[in-house]
Amino acid sequence: MDISSVLSILDATIRLSTPLLLACLAGLYSERAGLFDIGLEGKMLAAAFAAGAVAAITGSAWLGLLAGLAVSLSTALLQGVAAITLKGNQLIAGVAINMLAAGMTTFLGQTWFSQGGRTPPLPEGGRFEPITLPFANELASVPVLGPIYADLISGHYILVYIAFIMVGVTAYVLYRTRFGLRMRAVGENPKAVDTAGISVVKLRYQAVIITGLLAGLAGAYFSIAQGSGFGNNMTAGKGYIALAALIFAKWKPVPAMFTCLLFGFLDALQIRLQGAQLGGIEIPVQAIQALPYLLTVILLAGFIGKAVGPKAGGVPYTKER
Amino acid sequence: MNTQRPETAAATVPANGWAIELEKINKRFGAVHANKDIDLKVARGTIHGIVGENGAGKSTLMSILYGFYTADSGVIRVNGQEHAITDSRHALALGIGMVHQHFMLVENFSVLENVILGAEDSGFIKPSLDRARKELNRLEHEYDLEVDPDAIIEDISVGQQQRVEILKALYRGAETLILDEPTGVLTPKEADDLFRVLETLREQGKTVILITHKLREIMAITDNVSVMRQGEMVATVKTSETSPEQLAELMVGRRVLLRVDKTPANPGATLLEVQNLVVADDMGHVRVKDVSFSIRAGEIVGIAGVSGNGQSELLESVSGMRDQKSGNVLLKGTALSLKGDDGAARAREAGLAHVPEDRQRMGLVTTFAEWENAILGYQGNAKYGAGPFLDISAAKKAAAEHIKLFDVRPANINLKSSLFSGGNQQKIVLAREMEQDPDVLVIGQPTRGVDIGAIEFIHNEIIKMRDEGKAILLVSVELDEIRSLADRILVMFDGVIVGEADPATATEGELGLMMAGIGKDAPRGLGIAEQGPLP
Repeated sequence: MDISSVLSILDATIRLSTPLLLACLAGLYSERAGLFDIGLEGKMLAAAFAAGAVAAITGSAWLGLLAGLAVSLSTALLQGVAAITLKGNQLIAGVAINMLAAGMTTFLGQTWFSQGGRTPPLPEGGRFEPITLPFANELASVPVLGPIYADLISGHYILVYIAFIMVGVTAYVLYRTRFGLRMRAVGENPKAVDTAGISVVKLRYQAVIITGLLAGLAGAYFSIAQGSGFGNNMTAGKGYIALAALIFAKWKPVPAMFTCLLFGFLDALQIRLQGAQLGGIEIPVQAIQALPYLLTVILLAGFIGKAVGPKAGGVPYTKER
Repeated sequence: MNTQRPETAAATVPANGWAIELEKINKRFGAVHANKDIDLKVARGTIHGIVGENGAGKSTLMSILYGFYTADSGVIRVNGQEHAITDSRHALALGIGMVHQHFMLVENFSVLENVILGAEDSGFIKPSLDRARKELNRLEHEYDLEVDPDAIIEDISVGQQQRVEILKALYRGAETLILDEPTGVLTPKEADDLFRVLETLREQGKTVILITHKLREIMAITDNVSVMRQGEMVATVKTSETSPEQLAELMVGRRVLLRVDKTPANPGATLLEVQNLVVADDMGHVRVKDVSFSIRAGEIVGIAGVSGNGQSELLESVSGMRDQKSGNVLLKGTALSLKGDDGAARAREAGLAHVPEDRQRMGLVTTFAEWENAILGYQGNAKYGAGPFLDISAAKKAAAEHIKLFDVRPANINLKSSLFSGGNQQKIVLAREMEQDPDVLVIGQPTRGVDIGAIEFIHNEIIKMRDEGKAILLVSVELDEIRSLADRILVMFDGVIVGEADPATATEGELGLMMAGIGKDAPRGLGIAEQGPLP
C-alpha cells in the first residue's frame, strides 16, 4: 500500500468519524449532566431531514444547517421536558424520540417530495463545499508533510473542523469553567448541587440545549455535507455507535475523539475492503459492512472493563422526599 | 413530667443576641405533619442541641432553616431580621451553613472543587481554585481542620469528608453551622476530633446547631438543648440543668430505662461451638485468625472490639454468609456445612438464625412489602407454601403476627419496607428471625440507628430469648450495649480473641485496653488495627 492509499483511508476516516464525534460530544453533555441520551439517533435523523429539505428548497446549505439545528434543538427540548420537568424514564423518552424521528422523516419526506421519503437532490449551494486551507496547494509538493497537510488536513467540510475544534472546547468547558464544574457535579450528585444553591433543572436544560445543537450539526453533516440530500434512515445507527464510543471513552472528550476516529477508521477500512478476496473467494460485502458494528459489540462487552458513568445518570431529580 | 411544655430556659435575650429565631413553623409532607407550630431560639455563640427520635421532625426543621424545603407557614429570623428563606443560596447568603447527614459532596471531585462548587467567583474556575486553596489553608489553621485540598473525596475517610463539608460552609462565610447527625458515621476518635472542632468554632463566636439522637453527645458538648417529639417541640432546656434520663423521657414521651434489667444467666448445655475458625475478607486478607469459643443455652456472649477487627467476618462466617478457610462451627455437637452460596440457608434450617449487621443491605429487601420481608430467608419453609408455590395468606398471617408481637409501626404488612423507620425495620428483621424459634441467634449491631424507645424493646427481647434457653452471639461496636446485655464478653483485636471479661466486674478502661490490643494475652503495641492504638 503506498502513501496515497494510506492517506485516502485516513482521509475517509476523518470524514466518517466526524458525525460520530459530533454526536458523541452531544451525548457527552447531557450524560455528564445526568441524563441518559439514547435519543441521539433520533435527533440526528430529524436534523438530517430538516437540513436536507430546507437546503433543497432554498438552495442554501447555511439555511439548511440552521433548520437542522432548530429541529434537533426542539427535539432535544421535548426529550428534556419529558426527562427533567416531567421526571419521566429517560430511556423511554429517548426511544420515543428515535421512533418519532424515524417515522416522521419518512412520512413527511414522502408527503412533501413524493420520492419514497428522500429529499430532492441538492441544487448548487445547497451542499457544503470542502474548504481548502491556506497554502494547501503551495505546500502539496513538500515531501511527506505536504500531502498530509494538503490531502488529509485540508479539503474538508466546515463541519469537520467544527467537530474537532469542539473536542478542545468541550474539554476546556468541562474542566476549566464554572459551567463545566457544575455540569459534572449535577451528573454525579445533583443533591450536592441543589444544596449549594444551584438549580439542577436549569443546569440540565442548559446541557440538553448544547446536546441538541451538536446533534443538529451531526445530522446536517449527513444530508448536506457528506451526502447530497436526505435518504431514509440515513444515520443508520450512528447515534448508537456514538453512544457506545462515549461509554468506551468513559465520558471524556479527548478519548471520545480517539474512539470516534477508531470507529471511523473501521468504517473507512470496510469501504476499502469491499470486493476484497480471501483465499480466492470474495468476502460477502455484508460481512465486511458488519465489521464496525461487530467491533462495537466486542469493545463494549469485552475490552472496556468496568465503565462507571456519571453516578446520577438516568435518575430524575426529585427534591421533596 | 409528660405534659411539660417548652421551658423558656433562655427566654431573656442572651448577651450575644439570637442567631436564629423560628416561630410557629409548620410543614406537611402529604398526610404527614412533620413540623407543628415549632418555636426555636438559638443564642449566638453557643452550641445548641436538638434531640428527638427518628422521624420527630428535626431534619425537616433544619432543612427549612437551610432553605432546602420551604415552610408552609411560620417566621424565620436571622440575627433579628425576618427573612423568607426561599432556597439554599439565600440561607448561605444569610450565613447559615449545613452539614447534612449524608454528605453533599461530589465523590469524584477534589476537595477544592467541592469547596468552590456553587461559590465560584467567575466563569472560569482557576481563580476560584487558587483563592479557595489559600482560604482553606487559613481555615485549617484557625480551626485545626486539616485536609489535603487536592485529595479526591472518594479516597479520603468519612471523618475527612465531614471536614470538607464544614470547610465548605466556612468558606461560604457561615456564621451558623447546622450539623445533622454528624457522628453517626464516625469512629469514636473521629467524633472526638469533631467535637474539638465544634468547640473551637464556638470560641470563635460561631453558632452551632447539633442534631443528634445520642444523648451522651448532647450532655458532653451543648449549651442548650431542644427536644422534639412527633413533629412538635416539647422542651428547650439548659444542658447543665437536665439529665440524659429526663431528655430520654421527653423524647419518647414516657419513662425509659437506659440500663437493661436482667437476672443472672443460668447457662445449660453447650449449643454453639466455634473451633479454630479462620476467615478471609473479600480481598483475601485473613481477618479471623484461629478463633475458638462456645456458647451455652441461656447465655449471651458479646464480642467487643473496635470495628474492623474481624467481627464482621466472624459473624458472616458463623451465619453461613462467608466461607471459612478452615475450622468448624458446631450446632448442638453437629458440624454445620456452611460452605457455598446456600450456607446461610442451611444454617437457618439447622436452627441458627442471623440478624445481620446492616439491615438495609443484608437483612431486608427494602423495596419489598413488609410481609415479603417477614418471611425472607424462610420462604422455602413448608409452612409458607408447598413446593415452588407461596402460601401468601400464611405469609401475611405470620407477618401480621410479627407486627403485633414486636409492636412494629405503622402496623401495615403491605407497606414498602423502606418506608419504615430504622427501629421498625430492625424489629421486622428481629421478629422474622426470633419467631422461627432458633436454637442459636447470631445478632450484629442490634440497635445501630435505632430510636431509644425501640432500643429498650429490642434489648428486652434479646434477654427474653436468653431466658428461654437460647444461645446468643452478640456483636456490637457499642461497648455500653455489650456490657449491659452480655453474660460473657470476648474482646477481639486484629482477628484474635485477646481476652474474656465478666461484664459485672470489668471496667470500661480494662475493656478499652484489650480492644486496643494491650490486653493480658494480646500481642503488644503492634498498632495493627486500622484505627491505630487508642490514645
